[in-house]
Amino acid sequence: MTASAQKTTMEFGTALEVDGLVKRFGDLTAVDGVSLAVRAGECLGLLGPNGAGKSTLIRSMVGRVQQDSGRVTVMGNAAGSTEARMALGWVPQELSIYPRITCRENLGSFGRYYGLKGPTLKDAIAWCLNWAALEEKQDDVAKTLSGGMKRRLNMAAGMIHRPKVVLFDEPTVGVDPQSRNRIFEMIEALRDAGTAIVYTTHYMEEAERLCDRIAIIDHGKIIAEGTKEELVEKTFGKRSQVLARFAGETQAIEAWASRHGGRVKGETAEFTIEQAGEIAPLLDDATKAGLELEDLTLRRPNLESVFLHLTGRELRD
Amino acid sequence: MVLSFVLPLAFFSIFAVIFGRSGGGTPTVKLILVDQDQSQASHALVKGLTSESSLVVMTKPASDKKNAPPLPDYTAATAEAAVKAGDAPVALIIPAGFGRHPIAFGPGKSGSTLQLLNDQSDTIAPQIVVGLLQKAAITSMPAAMADEGMTYADKYVGGFTAAQQAKVDEKLEALRKLEADGKTGNGSSDGGNSGSGPAAAGIVAVNVRAVVGENKKSPMISFYAAAIGVMFLMFTASSSAGALLDEAESGTLERVLSTRVTMTKLLAGKLVFNTGLAFVQLVAMFLWGWAVFKLDFFSHLPGFVVMGLCTAFAVAAFGMLLASACQTRAQLGALSTLIILIMSSVGGSMFPRFLMPEAMQKAGLLTINAWAIDGFTKIFWRDLPVTDLWPQVGVLVGIGVVFFLVARRVARRWEYA
Repeated sequence: MTASAQKTTMEFGTALEVDGLVKRFGDLTAVDGVSLAVRAGECLGLLGPNGAGKSTLIRSMVGRVQQDSGRVTVMGNAAGSTEARMALGWVPQELSIYPRITCRENLGSFGRYYGLKGPTLKDAIAWCLNWAALEEKQDDVAKTLSGGMKRRLNMAAGMIHRPKVVLFDEPTVGVDPQSRNRIFEMIEALRDAGTAIVYTTHYMEEAERLCDRIAIIDHGKIIAEGTKEELVEKTFGKRSQVLARFAGETQAIEAWASRHGGRVKGETAEFTIEQAGEIAPLLDDATKAGLELEDLTLRRPNLESVFLHLTGRELRD
Repeated sequence: MVLSFVLPLAFFSIFAVIFGRSGGGTPTVKLILVDQDQSQASHALVKGLTSESSLVVMTKPASDKKNAPPLPDYTAATAEAAVKAGDAPVALIIPAGFGRHPIAFGPGKSGSTLQLLNDQSDTIAPQIVVGLLQKAAITSMPAAMADEGMTYADKYVGGFTAAQQAKVDEKLEALRKLEADGKTGNGSSDGGNSGSGPAAAGIVAVNVRAVVGENKKSPMISFYAAAIGVMFLMFTASSSAGALLDEAESGTLERVLSTRVTMTKLLAGKLVFNTGLAFVQLVAMFLWGWAVFKLDFFSHLPGFVVMGLCTAFAVAAFGMLLASACQTRAQLGALSTLIILIMSSVGGSMFPRFLMPEAMQKAGLLTINAWAIDGFTKIFWRDLPVTDLWPQVGVLVGIGVVFFLVARRVARRWEYA
C-alpha cells in the first residue's frame, strides 16, 4: 500500500481497499501488484492509457475477475461477496441498460437484482430518476433517449441500491458538453454525500475537476499516486514548462530540442525550466540554429504533463 | 408473439385438416378395373370389388367437362397409361376367359391369372387390392367356388355317380341363378373401418370391436397438437434463451452478475420463465384443438397439465443449453434449426413414429419429441391414468435436469475472467 493510501486508511477509514492485486491472462500480467485505498467522500481518479490495466482493476473491484493474488475489500468485505456487491455500485463504460423497456422499468429491474422490493424499490427509483434528472423521461423507452440521457440512466442503474462505493468507468464517453456537465454535478453530489468514488477517464480536465486524488496506472502498475499538486510536485518539483513553436525544418527543431533536454511534439518543443531566466539562452541557440520563433508559452505543468512525462504517451493514445 | 403462437397454431391446423378426418380408418385406394371377359363371373367380381368401401373403383376415366358424354371404358393399354400418369396407383385387368375358370385352389393350379399394374412408389395400395380381391372372389362368386370344390370332390372321392353329378349340376345352376339375380352375399362391408360391429359378410364371421378410441372421431388431432406443439416449443425456447447471448453482447449480463444475482439464480430464473412460456404455448395449442377441431381437452386436464409441464421444462432446458453453448445469436439460430428439425423428424413431430422402421422408432427415443408425443397419446388417445405417465415424466424431467446442469457448467465462461 502506498504511503498516501496508508495515511488515509488510518485517518479516515477505508471504503475500498486493494492490496497487492495481481491478475494474469496467460503470459500477460494485466494487473501487477496494485495497491490503493479510497475513503468515504473521496473521489480517486484512475488514469492510464489503453491497455494499462484499468478495466481489469475495476472489474476486480467489482468481483467479476478472480485475482491470482492480492485482496480487494469493499467496506471490509471481500470483493464478490454479497455484502460487497450490495455496498458497491458499478457504472460500466458500455451502456448496460435494457433498450426496449422504459427508464423506470430499467431501474426497477436492476433494483430487483439488488434485492429491493416494495416501497424501498419505489423510493429508490424515485431517487435515481431525480438524481439523474430523468423524471420527465421515466416512461420513455430507453432506446429513444439521447446519448446523454442514456449515460445518465446507465449511471442511475448503478446507483439504485444507494451504494457506499461507486466505480465510474469513463461515464462521459460520447456525451455532449451540457450532459457532461450534468454528469459532473451528479458525481460531485455523490461525493459530497459521502460516497467513495473511483473514476476512470481519458479526459484530464475531468480528473482535475472531480478527483481528490489521482492514481496513474501503466502496464498494470500504479506508477504515481496523489493529489494533482502532489503529482506535479513529485514529477516536476518547482520546474515550469515551456512550450515553443518554431518555423523551420523539423530535423533542426528536434536537434535543438534534444540538445537542451526537451522533446518535440509536432512543431512545438517542450522543456522544463527552474527559472524564467533560462529561456533567453534557449531562444538564442534556437536563433543560431536558424529557427524562427512563432509562439512561446510558460506555464506550470499540469496533469497531462505529468502523465506524458511518466508514461511517455498521451492519455488518449 | 406471432412466431410463438400464430405460426404453431397455423401448422397444427394444416396437419389437423389433412390427417384428422372424422371417422379415421384406412384411406381409400383408387383402382382402375378393366373387364376383358365380360362374363357372369367377371361381373360378379367387379361388383364385389366395387362394393368395398376401401376401394374407389373406376372402370372408365372421369370426364373433365360437366355434362360431357361419358368416356369409353378403360382398356388394358389406357389403364396402364392412367397408372403411369398417376391417375390411380393400381389397375386390375380381368383377362378374357376368366369366367371359364376363375378360381383355382392351391398354387400351380390352372386358374385364370389377373394382372395388377401398380405404381411402385405406393407399396400399400397393391397389397390392399390383392387382399380385397381374394375376399371379393370368395364372397361374390359362390357358384364358381362351389363348382371348383365339386371338381375336387369328384376327383378325390373317385368320381360322382351320374345321379350325384346331376344333383351337383342342378344345385350349381340354381346357385348361379341366385348369383346372377344378386341374391348371394357380396361381402360388402366397411372392413371394420367404423371401429365396431360386424365386419365382412364373408365365409368367416368377424365382429370388430374398437378397444381404443371407440368413441373418438378424430384420432390424429391430439397427436398433431402434441407433435407440432413440441416442435415449435423447441424453437421458441431456444429463441427465448438466446436473450442470454444478447445480454452478454450488450454488457448487461456482466452488470447483472455484479449484483446479488448469481449465474445459477439467473439461469434458474430464465428456466422458470421459459418453462412457463412453453406451457402457455401448449395450452394455446390444445385449446385451439378443442375450439376448432373438437378435441376432448377438459376431460383430460390433469394428464395434460402433468405432461405439459414436464414437456415445457425439458424444452426450456434444451433451449438454455443451446444458448449457453453458442457464441452469437446467429450461431444459435443455425444450430437450433438444424438440431430441432432433426429431432422433430426422428422424434415423430412430422410423421408418426409407428409408421417408421423399427430402428428409426428406437432412434426417436433419443428425442424430447418422442417422449412428449407418447405421453400425450397416452392421455388423449388411450385414456390411460396419469400414473401411467411415469416413464415419460421421468425421462422428460431427467432430460430437463441434465440439460440445465450442463448449461450451468457451460455458462461458467461468463462468470469470471
